[in-house]
Amino acid sequence: MESEPVLDIRGLTVRLPAGADRLNAVEDVSLSVKRGEIVCIVGESGSGKSVTAFTVMGLLPRRVLVPTGGQVRLEGEDVLRASPQRLRELRGTRMAMIFQEPMTALNPVLTIGDQVDEVLRIHTKLNERERKAKVIDIMAAMRLPEPERLYQAYPHQISGGQRQRIMIAAALILDPALLIADEPTTALDVTTQAQILALIKDLQRRRGTGVLFITHDFGVVAEIADRVVVMQHGRVVEQGPTEEVLRRPQQPYTRMLIGSVPSLEPRPRAPVSGPVALETVGLAKIYGGGGFLRKERMVRAADNVNLHVRKGETLGIVGESGSGKTTVARCIARLIDPTRGAIRLKDAEIAALSQRRLRPYRRRIQVVFQDPFRSLNPRRTVGASIIEGPVNFGLPEAEAMERARSLMKLVGLSPDALTRYPHQFSGGQRQRIAIARALAMEPEVLIADEAVSALDVSVQAQVLDLLDDVKRRFDLAMLFITHDLRVAAQICDRIMVMEKGVVVEEGPTHQVFTAPRHPYTRALLEAAPGRSFGFGQAA
Amino acid sequence: MSAEPVILAPAEAIAAPPRFGAWRKLLRHPGVLIGGGLILFMTLMGILAPVLGTINPAEINPTFRNRVPGMERTIRADDGSTRPYKHLMGTDSLGRDVYSRVVYGARVSILVGVTVATISVAIGLLIGLVAGYVRWLDGIIMRFMDGLMAIPAILLAIALVSLFRAGLFSVIVAIVVPEIPRVVRLVRSIVLSVREEPYVEAAIMAGTPTPALLVRHVLPNTVAPLIVQGTFICASAILVEAILSFLGVGIPPETPTWGNIMAEGRSLFRVYPHNILFPGVFLALTVLAVNMLGDGLRDTLDPKMAKR
Repeated sequence: MESEPVLDIRGLTVRLPAGADRLNAVEDVSLSVKRGEIVCIVGESGSGKSVTAFTVMGLLPRRVLVPTGGQVRLEGEDVLRASPQRLRELRGTRMAMIFQEPMTALNPVLTIGDQVDEVLRIHTKLNERERKAKVIDIMAAMRLPEPERLYQAYPHQISGGQRQRIMIAAALILDPALLIADEPTTALDVTTQAQILALIKDLQRRRGTGVLFITHDFGVVAEIADRVVVMQHGRVVEQGPTEEVLRRPQQPYTRMLIGSVPSLEPRPRAPVSGPVALETVGLAKIYGGGGFLRKERMVRAADNVNLHVRKGETLGIVGESGSGKTTVARCIARLIDPTRGAIRLKDAEIAALSQRRLRPYRRRIQVVFQDPFRSLNPRRTVGASIIEGPVNFGLPEAEAMERARSLMKLVGLSPDALTRYPHQFSGGQRQRIAIARALAMEPEVLIADEAVSALDVSVQAQVLDLLDDVKRRFDLAMLFITHDLRVAAQICDRIMVMEKGVVVEEGPTHQVFTAPRHPYTRALLEAAPGRSFGFGQAA
Repeated sequence: MSAEPVILAPAEAIAAPPRFGAWRKLLRHPGVLIGGGLILFMTLMGILAPVLGTINPAEINPTFRNRVPGMERTIRADDGSTRPYKHLMGTDSLGRDVYSRVVYGARVSILVGVTVATISVAIGLLIGLVAGYVRWLDGIIMRFMDGLMAIPAILLAIALVSLFRAGLFSVIVAIVVPEIPRVVRLVRSIVLSVREEPYVEAAIMAGTPTPALLVRHVLPNTVAPLIVQGTFICASAILVEAILSFLGVGIPPETPTWGNIMAEGRSLFRVYPHNILFPGVFLALTVLAVNMLGDGLRDTLDPKMAKR
């Protein structure tokens, strides 16, 4: 009995609907999870890792994705042949799942206690008192503070990390044999992620749960996995013990993926000594504080931010969500109006200019946004998007189009693509288009706001290289906003760390990474997953 | 140098522009086909009314009052010639031919429906864009709209009739005014969500002037929901016009509309139901058709309602 795996998938094939880009979502996938083992499925978007997990749970959209072959055995029972009734019984009792987005996975109008209790109400015959005791028990086991008080709380009253703990509590309360975790830490900050990973690891050790952990992040893999399954285009490329796969990858694809993970070791960079292109003095953005009858609560999104970026230099602003890094970027781009402080572009002061007076300066600061799927107007051709700015500033359309063609070549795309619509491009290609659009304005300052965060790791490396390349080529001052220390280490000359709206540390990248002064910086660096592993150096 | 050039895969090159599919899907939807067909029929009926075997719908004939459908008589034209005529739908209490009145009545209904929908969508779109984009005007405009919404169309019509006189213009104004706030709300909510889209911010960074920004990047997002909303306004306007005419504050009785034909027949409804039955059936069919068209348009144009 001991040796039998909790989950055994053999030759699983799931057919995609007609008209998709490939025949099968997953093809001939075989893997197994033993008791007390954490198996990571790792792959880029579209690799079929989530489809595999959903198949096990019996949660595939009916008639859209149909398993056409293979077996999925949960403790010996074939889930693919189970009735919907039996699947409902199995979910919650023998297998459970936690999802990526803890914000939407909880019902906002029910108390937390109620939602964890629901599992017990459905699957057990315990009375109310016993159930409540059990819920409080498991919440305590999740190291949630004051479980009695939390029982009565609503989801909006607790943090994202606590919500994910609640989800795990609801998943584990009936001691399932298998826990499926679908990118459970992707939406969380690094420090919270580190805590959740530690919690999952600790729980499965104590309870002996088998865990199927889905992620795109090799750092997380290195942190948590016993065994790794690498997937690409719906097929298993390679699988084996974590040490084995990460240290000695056999397949070129695995090698490429691991090689693309940016190193936490900063690249050596000579200090930049060009003239200052952008400077802020005492920049602040404060929300609220007004109010008609009573004073509203004031939120200092960013306060007293002093920064300067030289021509040809990349300044990274690093921080977790709510640190104010994006607020600073948006103030500088004048997408929002700063409450006070100065923004100097060379010698022009732009912080207090009206939108009309600001217009001539718009050209000089450009932004590359995070989400390449939303930053291009889906109704306009790529060409129309790129030439919009130059034409606004009086460049004849034909000339602007010529410039767009050469920029497309520069960012590695075919100039013929200018007549296509954004939906015909992949995420990485769209981000290249967004960069071309920003460059078309011939800016002096380029703001990259989490510009590579939504991209797969292999594409991420290419876009980072492109950004670095255009910065050098056009001698741009670049402001690089990111939450990802690995990315920051690769591209930034200097780094500013922000916490709760204020800058806590600033210095050359190398210094910040090797000798952090502020405790928050140290905490961030320690929380970076897979740090012991030293990605990006071996290759 | 940067990464190797990314050459587009052939599969990506074939992807068709999205609009094409929407049109084809539209023409295959049963609601759009049936609703659209019926509306086309009613419109043609209104336009071609004089050649559809009708007589003057306002002609009063005291000798042939309240005749049942199918009655035949001889009519005398202005030049003195005579010909037989069959009252397909009978006559009303003033001896007017109900069939002719119903056919001519389609003109007013369709005209009111289309005009009201067009005017309220146009005005609402303009105000909605401003309210959604110019933040400081939003509060003022929306409170004003809330006030407008509180005015019932029927009360407004009665007020307008006492100020001016009953007629097509008063009816249209009376129905348009309370519809505008609904369109404004819809447009404003779309603008509020679209203005946060990164592509709008990118356009701001590109120095696009606000009017161009609204027309190029925001307006296209409102088209599909507005077409849908427009059809529903059209349906309700046709109904409200009938109600107003029925109450005697709408179109005066010398111009036949389905509403005032029914009002005419109301007093003798139990004895001669045809006076209410025929215009009622046409009114119901038209409103049903417009609603079917609207539902069909929503199914095909609104991605949130689309079934996978």
